[in-house]
Amino acid sequence: MAAVATCGTGAGSTGSMVAAGSKNNVTSFQRRGPRASGSDSSYSRLVSIAGTRPSVRNGQLLVSTGLPALDQLLGGGLAVGTVLLIEEDKYNIYSSLLFKYFLAEGIINGHTLLVASAKEDPADILQELPAPLLDDNVKKDFDEDACNHKTAESNIKMKIAWRYQLLPKMEAGPVSSSRFGHYYDVSKKMPQELIEASKWHGFFFPEKSSSTLNIEPCSLTHGYIKLLQFIQNIIYEEGFDGSNPQKKQKNILRIGIQNLGSPLWGDDLCCTENGNSRSLTKFLYVLRGLLRTSLSACMITMPTHLIQNKAIISRVTNLSDTVVGLESFIGSERETNPLYKDYHGLIHIRQIPRLNNLIYDVSDVKDLAFKLKRKLFTIERLHLPPDLSDTVSRSSKQDLAEPSKLLGPGCGVMAGGKKHLDF
Amino acid sequence: MFPELNNLLNTTPDRAEQGKLTLLCDANTDGSFLVHHFLSFYLKANCKVCFVALIQSFSHYNIVGQKLGVSLTVARECGQLVFLEGLKSSVDVFFRAQAEPHPLQFLREANAENLQPLYEFVREALKPVDDGEAAWRCPVLLVDDLSVLLSLGMGAVAVLDFIHYCRATVCWERKGNIVALVHDSGDTEDEENNILLNGLSHQSHLILRAEGLATGFCRDVHGQLRILWRTPSQPTTQRDWSLTYQYKIQDKSVSFFAKGMSPAVL
Repeated sequence: MAAVATCGTGAGSTGSMVAAGSKNNVTSFQRRGPRASGSDSSYSRLVSIAGTRPSVRNGQLLVSTGLPALDQLLGGGLAVGTVLLIEEDKYNIYSSLLFKYFLAEGIINGHTLLVASAKEDPADILQELPAPLLDDNVKKDFDEDACNHKTAESNIKMKIAWRYQLLPKMEAGPVSSSRFGHYYDVSKKMPQELIEASKWHGFFFPEKSSSTLNIEPCSLTHGYIKLLQFIQNIIYEEGFDGSNPQKKQKNILRIGIQNLGSPLWGDDLCCTENGNSRSLTKFLYVLRGLLRTSLSACMITMPTHLIQNKAIISRVTNLSDTVVGLESFIGSERETNPLYKDYHGLIHIRQIPRLNNLIYDVSDVKDLAFKLKRKLFTIERLHLPPDLSDTVSRSSKQDLAEPSKLLGPGCGVMAGGKKHLDF
Repeated sequence: MFPELNNLLNTTPDRAEQGKLTLLCDANTDGSFLVHHFLSFYLKANCKVCFVALIQSFSHYNIVGQKLGVSLTVARECGQLVFLEGLKSSVDVFFRAQAEPHPLQFLREANAENLQPLYEFVREALKPVDDGEAAWRCPVLLVDDLSVLLSLGMGAVAVLDFIHYCRATVCWERKGNIVALVHDSGDTEDEENNILLNGLSHQSHLILRAEGLATGFCRDVHGQLRILWRTPSQPTTQRDWSLTYQYKIQDKSVSFFAKGMSPAVL
């Protein structure tokens, strides 16, 4: 991963520290070293780029996904140079929300955006971004919510259920000291002046599909070739791959691609069983090559529930770095299940990359559910509700046991199987 | 190089075997720690290594290699390591037409038939140096991983042919070793991958299979490693010998223990 090591070399000049929240007054004034060797690692310092922070585990440069709860599950954030693949939920409600959070975070941090979609015009997508919660309002609102749900019992030692004291707590509220992730209010739109002040490039496939190709057809569909060329042009022209050493201030390019693999991109993966299976995987490979050699991070949402050939999904997972799957309860029988009444859906962390390391940050909690509130998208451990009914009827427990079979091994309260054991 | 794995495989860098094909395979888990092991093992054994790294970048392997005690940059500069960085070269190949054939030429072509340019690259990289100044022990080809070639448009037969040609050159002609990683897709019916995996399993001398635990995720035991020694050239005269261990990956090493004997449980 070249991002951390080499991004310092290009700034061997007057050391511009551009972090938004950094409070250092040390000027790292360095002489411009000889350029012949190309890497003056002894002089290079890591230039802080707004909106990034190094990972505590391996020093990898991380950006926020726009959702602090998801950042925590991914080991601090999304690593620069990697792909985050979101497997869409059935009606594309929550995955498009995650997409918007990702773009909104880019605008707040001043990153350059590249929005690619075959369904909506990128300009329209940007108009719909949620408004950020500013610090002075945040504390007041969260205190209101906190009073309703929990008191300050976190510091009180539990007397009866003392084993539960050992369970890890998931962060639900804002961490006041960090400027890394931001919270957004879904009911309000991002202020127009912020959008206009930001730098963004849009790729709307129906507009670009008519222009000619100057690359020979290589089993990629037309849409993917054009998108790759567009991304590569932006990276090259704006110097995200370090090709333009005159740029003083380094920035991150956030690439968001919506509904990749859907028929709107001209790909027939979702339509037939024997579609062109190489196209999408080759696209992902070359995209990852572009990302690894530049200061960019990418979020892709993909309707994997529509892909007919399941082997493709495993190949796509192997070709992406981080894979998160969303499953919403809307329209399914789980919506009325008392097990899930507090949540809107399940979130599955399918893959986390091991970057520059043999080990990786994996959370112990495998059963995660999310809930969308107006100002907060929480991800929590899925708790089975206590059975408080006076008459313990066998049929009701049977119904609850059925869906709990599908839960991961994390919650061992009810074992799978039809037989209900009474202790 | 993980010393415990060396003990299990009964090898040391000084007496590495020659002419062997080792197959690494992972199912439901990530087997890349095995690739790091073999890379550092053969570099410490003073062998000339050609590493076709299609999945990660050079700095990733370098940083992990430093934890394991080898420096890839030094090895590359002194000629011990020939590194083909798939991700970086794919961008060059895809967007700009190359003058001479590039090992990843098949990315540009709609129906690439075979992996001949890649084979030529490997053969050129592991050519014995005639001036005899720095005699490396034996050539080694390391591929991470072969399943990606299927995703990039090659058929399983083309990949098997590539390995066959490499075996003929590297293992038989130059008495070297080949180590290749293939993902096992498990329940998903990826037929091409199964063909590739079965074909390679029958040709290999040593199969290391990293599997996830059947009971699910565990914090202290990350998976199970099955080691299978085979003799492909002599069918059924000797029984294949296999061992199973469970492992836990730590920051700089991997610890192996017998099934059920994890230190966390005892």
